[in-house]
Amino acid sequence: MTTAVRVRGLAKRYGDVQAVGGIDLDIREGEVFAILGPNGAGKSTTVEILEGYRTRDAGEVSVLGADPGRPTREWRSRIGIVLQTAEDAAEVTVREAVRHVAGYYPRAKDPDEVIEQVGLTEKAGKRIRQLSGGQRRRVDVALGVIGDPELLFLDEPTTGFDPEARRQFWDLIRSLAHDGTTIVLTTHYLDEVEALADRVTVVAGGRVVAEGEPGTLGGRATAKATVSWSEGDERRSLETDAPTGTVLELTGRFDGEVPGLTVIRPSLEDIYLRLIGAGAR
Amino acid sequence: MTTSVTETPAARRAAAQPSAVRLGLSRAALETRMFFREKDAVIFTFAFPIVLLVIFGSIFSGALEGTGITVSQLYVAGLIGAATMTGFQNLGISIAVERDDGTLKRLRGTPLPPAAYFVGKALVTLLVSSVQVVILLAIGVVLFDLELPSEASRWATFAWVFVLGVLGSSLLGIAVSSLPRSRKSATAVITMPFVVLQFISGVFIPATQLPSWLVNVSAVFPLKWMCQGFRSVFLGDTGAALEIAGSYELDRVALVLGAWVVGGLLLCLMTFRWKSRSDG
Repeated sequence: MTTAVRVRGLAKRYGDVQAVGGIDLDIREGEVFAILGPNGAGKSTTVEILEGYRTRDAGEVSVLGADPGRPTREWRSRIGIVLQTAEDAAEVTVREAVRHVAGYYPRAKDPDEVIEQVGLTEKAGKRIRQLSGGQRRRVDVALGVIGDPELLFLDEPTTGFDPEARRQFWDLIRSLAHDGTTIVLTTHYLDEVEALADRVTVVAGGRVVAEGEPGTLGGRATAKATVSWSEGDERRSLETDAPTGTVLELTGRFDGEVPGLTVIRPSLEDIYLRLIGAGAR
Repeated sequence: MTTSVTETPAARRAAAQPSAVRLGLSRAALETRMFFREKDAVIFTFAFPIVLLVIFGSIFSGALEGTGITVSQLYVAGLIGAATMTGFQNLGISIAVERDDGTLKRLRGTPLPPAAYFVGKALVTLLVSSVQVVILLAIGVVLFDLELPSEASRWATFAWVFVLGVLGSSLLGIAVSSLPRSRKSATAVITMPFVVLQFISGVFIPATQLPSWLVNVSAVFPLKWMCQGFRSVFLGDTGAALEIAGSYELDRVALVLGAWVVGGLLLCLMTFRWKSRSDG
């Protein structure tokens, strides 16, 4: 296993507020790693320390083998950052912006190919001011990946998107991940984590409260399922470790179709809300 | 377990970073393009000193006692001083806006050297100020009988006053860009001191007509000295009698403008912020 990001005991305090209180992270090369947490949980602070925007109070941090507290040009040319809010460069065209920023990097990708990859070929000659919110974010992604980064930070990339735009954006992120770019994604959306992330860490109250694959986070795969059905006028339900057995038994009892049968496992959202509730306490 | 550094292809690490000079020029080209695309801002930036010159030059058209110099010629020199200081206002506002809208934060996250950003700003400012000055000179010559100096030495004075003035006021503009709390307040925060400075520095009102304490205040800032330098270029020896000191004090002009370039640079290095206040 090779490590793109390694964090041990990261801490950051603003005045009286302990924003980050001892976070450990290991992000592997080539994976999509999601950082999930409520507002004020410390995830933005953590990511901005990794991006070299903020200093830390304590802890060991290594990003692509270097300390982001002392960013060099060489290191900056190996990472890409897509910020949460960006509304700059309104009066230049998509192609001008991408070509210009390509000049910052020692080994930039071909600007037209990157514009094609983010699906803006038809808009390449348009001024950025004239684009929709979703297209604007695609420009941000194009500017983030033009330098051919080994590591890409995406900060809440789909906030404010309509459902179709989100799906298209996810495809774009998947194609980047497929090319081998390590991606660190912060988001509020649980479906985004399920759709994109190889692994996820949940941050609450400045600490990591859980880490794992989205499918097994917080014991999700082994959690009890709730089997519910109707019996006469009454609604019955049962929590069980072995829902298949329960359904078989019911099938026998009803001799076929079980009225109103549902089997529910806790969703990622249920697990997440339980985790951040525990973290806040 | 190995870390990623050893995995990085050697070729990638060896690839040379683009030169800061080339990036500075590239920034200047982009900034120029962006500036000229804001059509309304362009029109008003260039029209403002022209309108002022035409209005003031037409209202006060008489000659000054015993010198053969007209008031409108005085205004040409003063407004060239103000045009040379446009960088203060333009950079003060535009950098405050760029800090607020994420431009600076984005640039900070790229390998662009900070020097290249400032070189880009400096070149655009030089260009805009130069165009303004050329327009003012043309109007002065055509409408207000301004005589362009014929001696090379006076043009040399013009050149160093202009370059030191643009540099000093641009650096001052970069420094004050940190003062507005957001882009919404930027125009108000930056414009007010600029207008006040123009009134006390001899752009519109000759220093001889100002109370001495105001003259002393204006002597701290570069604009008074820039106007004085330009008067020496365009009004010549006969105009020197109109100065408070009875001469243009060009050595002091050089000293104060030079001090502002050095002091402004130090101020920028000490106070420049890449992030807005709301961003910590």
